[in-house]
Order: sequence, then structure tokens, then C-alpha cells
Amino acid sequence: MQHEAHSLRTTLGRVRGLGSAKEGVHHWYAERWTSIALIPLNLWFIAAVIGHIGASHAEFIAWLSRPFPAVMMILNVALIMYHTALGLQVVLEDYVHNELLKTLSILAVKGACLALAVAGIFAVAKISFGA
Amino acid sequence: MSDVKPAARPRPLSPHLQIYRWQWTMALSILHRATGIALSVGTLLLVWWLVAAASDAASFQTAQEFLGSWLGILMLMGWTFAFWYHFANGIRHLIWDTGTWLDLPMAYRSGLGVVIFTAVMTILTWIAGFAAF
Repeated sequence: MQHEAHSLRTTLGRVRGLGSAKEGVHHWYAERWTSIALIPLNLWFIAAVIGHIGASHAEFIAWLSRPFPAVMMILNVALIMYHTALGLQVVLEDYVHNELLKTLSILAVKGACLALAVAGIFAVAKISFGA
Repeated sequence: MSDVKPAARPRPLSPHLQIYRWQWTMALSILHRATGIALSVGTLLLVWWLVAAASDAASFQTAQEFLGSWLGILMLMGWTFAFWYHFANGIRHLIWDTGTWLDLPMAYRSGLGVVIFTAVMTILTWIAGFAAF
């Protein structure tokens, strides 16, 4: 402890060599709470999709513009994309060994997940507000 | 704690994949990750579907027609399987996280439960789907 306090090594250097960035718990925990939340959300989603097989555009819009389906769909999209970003990050950390490529691919995946989440939520909002 | 250079310090390494005898639990573990990746690709379809609905009737029609085509149905069947597997095996993981069912007999039994659940739910989903059509 005494040694650590007086070390000239940077935190980043220490992390790369040996240890923890103290962020792993957050990632682990977020992967789990999103999965728990997705249990009811996805069951609702599957039922909703089956209920709208062959629906016309007007019928679909009329349904999704109601508050409950709209909120459920937004939560669904948001948590699916968050859970996806967390999961794909671990896959990339496991298989991409080049440091630069790993960092860039994780950034790309997180960016894509954010963009998809925004697109999906915007679509539901647009339908709900009837533009 | 000594100031050893990170590169000079040999890190412990797991045995490589090819020396393992294939086991059910191992295959199911890999399948959890594979289905997760497949479902990630499926999010593109979900967002396309929603954005098409928000755009106009013609775009929505295009999306619905694709989903109703043989390729669309084949993809949806794959994702239905991937979804139910990831769903059930994810719950199995959540149970493991509480420290239960970690012994070998329970790992095999719960794995078999996941496989049966996935098969039944995938079939039931498509029966419901075709009935609704």
C-alpha cells in the first residue's frame, strides 16, 4: 500500500500490466440488470410482434401511438441496445488482440448501438406524436 | 508489490480449445455467445421495421413484405431460436450468479432444460405466428 502510494507508475500503466480499472463491476452489473429487465420486455415484444403479423400500416401506427405500447417499445429498444453493446464489447475484448483495433472496434460497436437506439426511439416517438 | 515490467511477467494461460474433449456444457456455453451475436444482427431488422413504420406506408409495406418472404421467414425462424435460447440460458446464468446449480449434475440438467425449453418455445412461437397470419 505504502509502495503504491509513492509509485511513479501511472494508473493506466498499472492497469495494463496487472490489474483492475475498477470499472468491471459496473459492466458486470449492468449486463445483469438489463437482462432481468429484458425478460418481461421481450416477452411483451414477442407477443406484440405475433399480434401484428400482416397488420396494415394504419393499424400498426394506431397501435404504436398509444402510450403503453410506445413506452414499452422505447424501453425495449433502449435496453436491447445497451445489453447488446455490453455483450459485444466482451466478445471483442476476448478475440481482438491488437490494442488499437480492439479499442476502435469497441468504439464502433458502441457508436452503432447508440445510433440504432436513437433511431428506434425516434421512430416510436415520431409515430406517437403523429407527425 | 514489486515493480516488474508487465511484458516480462508471464501471464497464466488457459489450455487451448483443441485439447478439450467436446462436452454438452461447453457447446451450450459457446451457443450462448453465438446466439447473442446473431441477436445483435437482428437489432438491425428491429430498427429498420420501426423506422419504416415511422416513414410512410410504402416503406412499411416493403419491410413487411420482406419479413413475409421465404428469406425473411427463414431469418425470423433463426432469430426466434436464438432469442429463446439466449433468453433461457441467460436465466440459467442469472441463477448461477446467485451461487446455485453450479455443480456438474445440475449444470447438465439445467442445460438439458434450456434445450427442451428452446425447442418447445420456438415451435410454439411459430404455431402462434402462423395461426395469427
